[in-house]
Amino acid sequence: MTARAAALLADGTVQRVLGWEKGDFDYDLTPAFFETADELKNLVYGDYSGANLSKYLIKAGKKEGKTLVFLKPCDTLSMNQLMAEHRVDREKVYVIGVGCKGMLDHEKVEAAAAKGEKKERLELMLGKCQDCKGKTFAVSDEVIDDEESRVEFGGNRFSKVAELEAMTPEERFAFWQSQLSKCIRCNACRNVCPACSCNKCVFDNAASGVSAKVNANEFEERMFHIIRAFHVAGRCTDCGECSRVCPQNIPLHLLNRKFIKDIDEIYGDYQAGESVNERHPLINYTKTDAEPSIVYERGGRE
Amino acid sequence: MPMNTEWKPKIVAFCCNWCSYAGADLAGSSRLAYPADVKIVRVPCSCRVNPLFILRAFERGADGVILCGCHPGDCHYTSGNYYARRRMTMLFSMLDYMGVDKGRTRVEWVSAAEGPKFAATMNDFVKTITELGENVKLGDLRCKESLK
Repeated sequence: MTARAAALLADGTVQRVLGWEKGDFDYDLTPAFFETADELKNLVYGDYSGANLSKYLIKAGKKEGKTLVFLKPCDTLSMNQLMAEHRVDREKVYVIGVGCKGMLDHEKVEAAAAKGEKKERLELMLGKCQDCKGKTFAVSDEVIDDEESRVEFGGNRFSKVAELEAMTPEERFAFWQSQLSKCIRCNACRNVCPACSCNKCVFDNAASGVSAKVNANEFEERMFHIIRAFHVAGRCTDCGECSRVCPQNIPLHLLNRKFIKDIDEIYGDYQAGESVNERHPLINYTKTDAEPSIVYERGGRE
Repeated sequence: MPMNTEWKPKIVAFCCNWCSYAGADLAGSSRLAYPADVKIVRVPCSCRVNPLFILRAFERGADGVILCGCHPGDCHYTSGNYYARRRMTMLFSMLDYMGVDKGRTRVEWVSAAEGPKFAATMNDFVKTITELGENVKLGDLRCKESLK
């Protein structure tokens, strides 16, 4: 992989490489740009390359020349979605698809090691990888993978959402209360999200009343997360980065997945990022759409 | 002087300028009664209603929020209410998912000729909200009169 990147960098096809850089520990691989063969020595692709690099392509697109990027199968959906929104120019990106066996969560690995337990790889994976969405590359110039990384796994990603839906409103309220009150408003979920790519963000606008500040009460906690999830509804590829980066381990993907599940059920199956030319469900309509009262009629116990 | 301590629901109704607001007007000029607890906010089109408006209304102490617009197909701007319909479906579903009572949000299509429907809708909505009682789940506590 490094050799291929070095070759493309040397022959001038690309001006820089976007990949994961070695950190102080084997688990802290961070996204980084590499511009010389020397820097490329620090490029790593391993069990902890969970970060989705698509969002960095917006920044890279503002620079001269082409950028080589390594994308895992699920990351290619995010890149496609960004192209659909004209945030990333396909001409300026050279995509190498890299096979993925599911990325590990170092917290889970450490916890297991501390207890001296031996666990299956699937149990130690990041939450987003346990619900793997498949091994197809939505966009790529070339693919580097092997037999092992093509093995499909992952169960029903909506099972937890369905579980919540089956609760009573009081139980759901209590669940979200306990989760969202942990929020410290670090905005990491917004910053990492490939769909959150507006130049001006409502959370940075001091006049909006919801700008970055500590949540004063439970309503502000809720409001922030509803707005965040709503802004990416229909465009969220369910890459799961929000939950991965949350320092408080709030299962934020459950909010996004609720929207995806609703869209699938009410407006037909839709996977953001699968097509570059399709209009996403929330900027589209049909004359025979369901009335909003459908929400009151289905699911959940009263 | 004794204070009137009886609880009255606060209800915000977003009405589109072209149909529902005229419908409310017609209800008024036809002398049809609907509760004064309904505060109408006039918007140019139902799709002008940003989901944030609805959250904000709850934040500031509303007990129920209702959105009224032209019937699908009759939008003054051709397709605004179709977009509003999808957005509100998603938002209300999310509020329900977070444990907010389903009854506190509603979308109703009311044309300019439907004064009686407007009054009936509002009467019914106020009745629902009164039965649900004060909205304690949502809402910024600092905005709640009763807790000051």
